[in-house]
Amino acid sequence: MSLYHLQKFLYVLNRDEAAQSKFHEDIEGILGEYDLTTEESAALRDGDIGLLYVLGVNGQILMHFAAFLGIEWFDYLDLMRAGIEKHGPVRAGVYTMTGGGASFTEEEAHR
Amino acid sequence: MSLVYAGVLSHAPGITGRAHLVENTAKRDEFYAKLDVQRQEIEASGAEALVVIAAEHFGNFFMNNMPAYCIGMGEYYEGPIEDPEWLKIERTKIPGAPDLGRRLTREVLQSVDTAYAEEWKFDHGIMVPLNFLTPNYDLPIIPVNINCQGPPLTPLHRVWAFGEALRRACDAVPEKIALVGTGGISHWPATPDSGKINEAWDRDFLDRLMRNDKDALLDYTDEDIYRDGGQGGFEIRTYIAAAAAAKGQGDLQFFTVELPIFAVGCTVARFDIL
Repeated sequence: MSLYHLQKFLYVLNRDEAAQSKFHEDIEGILGEYDLTTEESAALRDGDIGLLYVLGVNGQILMHFAAFLGIEWFDYLDLMRAGIEKHGPVRAGVYTMTGGGASFTEEEAHR
Repeated sequence: MSLVYAGVLSHAPGITGRAHLVENTAKRDEFYAKLDVQRQEIEASGAEALVVIAAEHFGNFFMNNMPAYCIGMGEYYEGPIEDPEWLKIERTKIPGAPDLGRRLTREVLQSVDTAYAEEWKFDHGIMVPLNFLTPNYDLPIIPVNINCQGPPLTPLHRVWAFGEALRRACDAVPEKIALVGTGGISHWPATPDSGKINEAWDRDFLDRLMRNDKDALLDYTDEDIYRDGGQGGFEIRTYIAAAAAAKGQGDLQFFTVELPIFAVGCTVARFDIL
């Protein structure tokens, strides 16, 4: 478990355009700069929002990675719920799901 | 007395970024109208700078070196750090007030060990308020951060002391200063529970805040907040600091839980300055 390094990767990616370019051009190179587990590297490489959420990535960091990948807001919420369904409860960090997977907005229900 | 305005308002990226998805457009527009009233009140105060007590979200501060408090002393700032299209706010330069920020920091340091920063990329936590309060970016900004995101967090009684220190610092300079705290009350932002709001808890907190009841405002543990208000509830620190700076009672100008697409109850309030 190296949640700190996983979140550090995304923190840098979210704010650094050079890191964003490298993510597209040399993903193995940029992944290699961080002390990540095989599971964490794979989740980043695959853009696996659900698994990253379960691993404990703070939503304030994760939602920007989702936007960076072109994932729309409601799809982002669904991917986290699917991650819980597939991988089980959030394993670390401060962001946990307490609503049982429910939607809390009319707009999402009506989309 | 150089503090000429004190208030609070909600921030959330959805307030601008998901405005186009809102179904209850009447309530959304009512909220925006109240924010514009707040803009007018700040303008009418004659404020020469705006202190924004925010709860930034890993745009600048991370767990490699996380300050409990930070005050901006930059000549200018840039924002939003997020994708402008995602936030629906264009990226721009925002004027700072380096000399004033330095004098405020010096005075705050008399009682609270704040960090300072001459470089700061504003995230939605500051850009969304500025989008409504200084839409032309023509008022110098002094950003202030309280770590509300990466525990361990500064205790509430220290937040109160920080707010009091900011007030003493404002009173020690000749410039007219407006101050807003911007956060959320209960919310679970950026999680699958986004849109969940504990209205009863929010209204109880707002009652304490509008009475500016120090004992009641400090009578929360982080465990209480997390249980009842979610991780987003830690941001009540920004409101408590603003109340401590103002000292007077509050006037709740707007509150609604009818815009959950914004992922937060939406609040606008001012304080009497005593």
